[in-house]
Amino acid sequence: MKGLAELLAEHPFFQGLKPEHLEYIATCSTNVVFKPGEYLAREGEEADRFYVIRHGTVALELFVPHRGPLVIQTVREGDVLGWSWLFEPHRWAFDARAVTLVRALAFDGACLRRKCDQDPELGYELMKRFARVIAERLKATRIQLMDVYGNAGGR
Amino acid sequence: MQPETLNHLAAGPGRTFRPLWARVLRVRRETHDTWTLTLDTGGPFAFAPGQFNMLYVPGVGEVPISISGDPTSPGPLVHTLRAVGAVTRALCSLKPGDLVGVRGPFGTPWPVDRAEGLDVVIVAGGIGLAPLRPALYYLLRRREWYGKIVLLYGARSPRDLLYRRELERWRGRFDLVVEVTVDHADPSWRGHVGVVTRLIPEVSFDPWNTLALVCGPEIMMRFTAQALLDRKVPPENLYLSLERNMQCGVGLCGHCQLGPFFVCKDGPVFAYPRVAPFLGKREV
Repeated sequence: MKGLAELLAEHPFFQGLKPEHLEYIATCSTNVVFKPGEYLAREGEEADRFYVIRHGTVALELFVPHRGPLVIQTVREGDVLGWSWLFEPHRWAFDARAVTLVRALAFDGACLRRKCDQDPELGYELMKRFARVIAERLKATRIQLMDVYGNAGGR
Repeated sequence: MQPETLNHLAAGPGRTFRPLWARVLRVRRETHDTWTLTLDTGGPFAFAPGQFNMLYVPGVGEVPISISGDPTSPGPLVHTLRAVGAVTRALCSLKPGDLVGVRGPFGTPWPVDRAEGLDVVIVAGGIGLAPLRPALYYLLRRREWYGKIVLLYGARSPRDLLYRRELERWRGRFDLVVEVTVDHADPSWRGHVGVVTRLIPEVSFDPWNTLALVCGPEIMMRFTAQALLDRKVPPENLYLSLERNMQCGVGLCGHCQLGPFFVCKDGPVFAYPRVAPFLGKREV
């Protein structure tokens, strides 16, 4: 059976991270499984963790009164889910629902913040990786906001 | 009167300036605003994948519409179009038996012959799937000549997806990768939600040996081209289908000028390096 550090090393988010860093942060993670329909996170609740998706699809949803939940994005294997653990007030900004069976590694946010404070090199490396994810999601969201498939007029 | 009789009466210098009369055989509603017309032109209508026709509704006007049928199987002419203006609304309101004027086919085709021995990545956005469908039919007909074939399709919402039954059939094939994403959805949708460019880093293909065909709104094509170049697809293997205000179809009127090109004659399909300097440029 593979150890958590090996599972981390296989995930695109952690590729290239030093083996000693992988071993160091693996102690903050646990293997988790969600059935379809189960929630990985709920809007407004304490964001004390983030997930590294190993298998399956997760829908990020916002509940809109009179319209119900709207799916704003899906993430799947190879993605990470959640960065609210990094910044105060550590609250989830959306619901995250398992669309399919989801296997993931859940990271304890407080544990990881402590380790990043103790080892700034690790902290900087992780921060760069999260910044890249945030920038990519922001870019994708901007394109989504443009409603590019909307009616541009014509003959 | 049959289309062949009408076309005999209208005999002239080809179908460049004088329309060929076609009779509507079928009108199929694809989505809430998009229809597919099947037209009888009185005989086989040869075309290459990616070409377009000018469709004419008497008393209303003429519009350029891509051909979306199968180029490998001679049969009626097929066009899928979205009702966005007076002419397209008139076309979408036609009934079986009505007549439509057809000029064409015009324009440059998808370079499907260049794809032999390569992986092919097709990226479609919205109604952009219609001009790509003939290329996919062509590739699937000669499936053994190509490496991986990947179709990435993005739409506004699940109700805006074109050719749903065909998409399901294609997804069921073992020799074709099909990924569909929408910009927003309700929880009943079990597919991807997000922009189509996000699928590009996730699918498996050999970038150096890939031919990419892209069609959709121009801004989506710009971001898609960037994502494909980031994956190291050679720029000269990347093709886009552009849309401008095509009127004459043969590069005479100048309405569809893009820098040194007339999109109707030099395009609509362009190799990326030819048009890259003009994409996103103001006043072009």
